[in-house]
Amino acid sequence: MTVAVAPPPAVSPVRAEPCLTVRGLTKRYGGLVAVKGIDLDLRPGEILGLIGPNGSGKSTVMKLIMGLERPSAGSIRLDGAEIGGMPAHRVARSGIGLVFQHARPLQRQTVLENISLALLPDSLIRLAADPHVARRAKEIAERVGLGAVVDRRPGTLPFADLRRLELAKAIARDPRVVLVDEPFAGLTGGEVAAFSELIRGFRDEGKAVLLVDHNVKSVAALVDRVFAMYLGERIAEGSAEAVMADPTVRRVYLGGSIETAARPEAAFKPDSLLTVENVDVLYGKAQALRSASIHVHEGEFVSVVGLNGAGKTTLFNAISGLVPHTGTIRFDGQDLARMKPAAIARAGIVQVPETRELFGDLSVRENLDLGGQHFPKAESARQREWLYELFPILRDRETQSARTLSGGEQQMLTIARALMMRPRLLILDEPTLGLAPVILELLSKALEKLRQTTPITVLLGEQNVTFALPHADRVYVLEQARIVWEGPPQRFASEMGTKYL
Amino acid sequence: MKLLTTPGFWIAVLAVLAAATLPWWVSGYILGLLTIAYYFGVFSMAWDLLFGFAGEVNFGPTFLIGLGAYGAGILNNRYELPIPYCLAAGTVLAVVGGLALALPALKVRGPYFGLITLVAVLLLQNMIVVFSGLTGGEIGLTVPDVISIDADTNYWLALGFMAVSGLILTAIARSPAGLILQAAGQDPVVTGALGFNVAKHKLAAFAVSAAFSGLAGGLVVFYMGTASVGTLINTSVGVQVIIAAVLGGRRTIVGAALGAVFLIAAGELLRPLGGLSTFVVSAVALLVILFVPSGLLGLASFRNAR
Repeated sequence: MTVAVAPPPAVSPVRAEPCLTVRGLTKRYGGLVAVKGIDLDLRPGEILGLIGPNGSGKSTVMKLIMGLERPSAGSIRLDGAEIGGMPAHRVARSGIGLVFQHARPLQRQTVLENISLALLPDSLIRLAADPHVARRAKEIAERVGLGAVVDRRPGTLPFADLRRLELAKAIARDPRVVLVDEPFAGLTGGEVAAFSELIRGFRDEGKAVLLVDHNVKSVAALVDRVFAMYLGERIAEGSAEAVMADPTVRRVYLGGSIETAARPEAAFKPDSLLTVENVDVLYGKAQALRSASIHVHEGEFVSVVGLNGAGKTTLFNAISGLVPHTGTIRFDGQDLARMKPAAIARAGIVQVPETRELFGDLSVRENLDLGGQHFPKAESARQREWLYELFPILRDRETQSARTLSGGEQQMLTIARALMMRPRLLILDEPTLGLAPVILELLSKALEKLRQTTPITVLLGEQNVTFALPHADRVYVLEQARIVWEGPPQRFASEMGTKYL
Repeated sequence: MKLLTTPGFWIAVLAVLAAATLPWWVSGYILGLLTIAYYFGVFSMAWDLLFGFAGEVNFGPTFLIGLGAYGAGILNNRYELPIPYCLAAGTVLAVVGGLALALPALKVRGPYFGLITLVAVLLLQNMIVVFSGLTGGEIGLTVPDVISIDADTNYWLALGFMAVSGLILTAIARSPAGLILQAAGQDPVVTGALGFNVAKHKLAAFAVSAAFSGLAGGLVVFYMGTASVGTLINTSVGVQVIIAAVLGGRRTIVGAALGAVFLIAAGELLRPLGGLSTFVVSAVALLVILFVPSGLLGLASFRNAR
């Protein structure tokens, strides 16, 4: 999968009038502005890729169009008629369909019945379906490649067929605009080709298609145009090639010039503190991690970089004992396979989840004290003082409740709370998620200080390479559930940089 | 109708026919027990439509039952209206009350819907005590008319009512509208995005559930000749309705009726144990819920399906 440059679209974009026009679309969640004044046009017979890293607001835009969220401001028009703020079922009836990434099909019904569901009118009194429904459902099943399994139940199908089922439901509604959420997540190469063909089928029928994905690379071969978002705003728009070459996009995904300060692996004790060998993780039928092997030495700072959905969180959850896995994971010579998450945490592995999980109603100080409650009071207080030096802003906010902190301050508090537990191995999962660049710099400084003043061992998961590389002694790259590269950060740019976008 | 070709349907028909012969060879006492069990079966089937299909846990089935029972009973007691009118009025009251409750309650998500339905039962219970002049309060309400004093007639009526209710509820559950309802219960977001008005379908399910609960509640009153908080509205009655449905099998409708009969029969068989009988029945129910969450009938039909 190295599609660095997009081939020109097979069919040149139709210069028709846009059928979907979005103007000034804005969504606020309390103080957080997830989407800021987005303007977007979508024409019949066009495939538009809406891309952006996690927290960029692309999924929110999709939900706003579908009516799953209500816009705070702005308009969404379908063929001139305003649909912004309508409930989802009315948006759907006006001609917009969404192919969900994760849907729960009806488990007691067959594949055919699941497709038939999407063909039914929204009626309370329909006690028998029209005869054409079953015939039409069968046709659709054939079209998406489910013809052979129409009488099976969804629970017995492989993952790719479940995704086909979602596509089939969207086709059944015959929408004019199709929104597809992460079309290729969890699919193998051959399946990606089959799905691309199905999505091109939408375009050939004159439907407008919006693909929502994390990076340009995965959709480059399919889209006519790309719309890139970051922190709720548009940062670039144009052909896949142009967007990939765009300096802002490159900065967001790759960062500018990266200075690294890696210590050679030989500088550490030869025995690894953490060893992960051939670990596989399955979520239902989707393979989230394929024979992943990594090791971390005592005192080392290791970064695992990868796009969203690559498997970083899964790897960390496997280490922390939160998901079942095969393969071996050893920490300080001890096999973690039979240990419960709480025992693993006591053994010294503390994970800072990307969702932060702060106690919102408790103050900064109370959150910290909870982290240090296993230690004697005096020791806990000493640890807290040290953390206040590491993150001075937390001292100023000591009595504020955690909920009222900004995103960056919350992230610092989460890391500080984890450090209160004096971990031997600190796992940081996407600490930069949704943070503004200026905050990133503060966080980056704190991590640098942490690395220089303490012997702590850190395993950092990041999609933001600029943030992940400067501190790292060693880097792993995760791509589609596999570790595809390992090396010192200074070699990353030359060996992996171009492929990563 | 696809229903006519399923073996389950014909098994049910045979079971009902066999049950209809019982008055010729069992005692009046057992007939009385079964009569009540059949009405409970309707309560549980109506509840399963909400829990199994609409995906909403209604902790207050007795709110709907009580509205139907007391609505019908009071009209008969005060104004001596004929029984059919009283039953119709009680059913309408249950539907109206049910919709008035569900309309705001369906707007809240998760456990709050259940909590609201639970509070509704307590409210109704208090209202009945407060307006004791009208309702008979804690002593209970006596109705001058009963459907019949003949145990056999009462038994056949209850059996017939349960069979017809089961048929209608099953037909609804298996219809296209029932399919939409099931989808709405499992994944409301996806169902909404497919163009279905989730709230409308859930409200309709609530109305249907309320209608059957209310009508069955009214029938119980005119069978027993009395209505009281302890027999019809108390939360423990509601818990029994729920346990019967879960025990018999979620999302099966008919399983709920079997569960109700099983619960009442088991309670009777274990009567020699005295106070322990309730404990044993509860323990069995707990074990089934823990280890066979799809219920006895659910387990059987799911095995077949595989």
